[in-house]
Amino acid sequence: MSEATGRVDMEEDTSGKVKKFLYVNRKAPYGTIYALESLEVVLITAAFDQDVTLAFLDDGVYQLVKGQHTKGIDVKNFSPTYRALEGYDIEKLYVEKESMETRGLKESDFIVPVKVMSAGEIADLMLTQDVILSF
Amino acid sequence: MLHTVNKSPTERNVLESCLKYLKKGSVVLLIEDGVYGALKGSSTTTMVEKTLKNFPIYALYPDIEARGMQDRVIDGIKLVDYSGFVDLVAEHTTVQAWL
Repeated sequence: MSEATGRVDMEEDTSGKVKKFLYVNRKAPYGTIYALESLEVVLITAAFDQDVTLAFLDDGVYQLVKGQHTKGIDVKNFSPTYRALEGYDIEKLYVEKESMETRGLKESDFIVPVKVMSAGEIADLMLTQDVILSF
Repeated sequence: MLHTVNKSPTERNVLESCLKYLKKGSVVLLIEDGVYGALKGSSTTTMVEKTLKNFPIYALYPDIEARGMQDRVIDGIKLVDYSGFVDLVAEHTTVQAWL
């Protein structure tokens, strides 16, 4: 890409173009801060009216498991927030099939409606994005 | 010896390693993300069930419950609360905290 082209892109950034953001979530919810931080950034992105998609791979599928009760570990239970995403027009939640199955989980175990996709389909989805953020 | 494991078996291989080092009198306690090792129907279930035939495995219930796993724990894994955790530590002369 030439320098000139780079400048054109930057001008577009400031003119309010909506970009496609994909959040790739690969970590279990409470052992590390990644899952919660991802959710925070997702909400910020939505506040800027961007096109947001969430993908849950590997241990990331554990974030969506129903029935989380965190009183006993004295940590905030952020799983209900996934249900609130709809209110921010975030409705594209994808779960990778093999990650779900190797953890003994089914679609009905999740707290929100999701679309189950193969790794190949999620790879195709990645190709359609402007920005990919991995947590 | 009491072995504690605090990482998910599908994120790191520490549970698999730990289970290889168990000897007579060894006990395993799963805590934090380590409790995913107590899951039924997962890719690591068979390995854990095999171990259970020879060694007691415990899991910290508050961590199980936080992760919504209360109905999906492998039969034979004993659930303990924080005071049960303390008892296990007190009962064993050595604790190996696998990371």
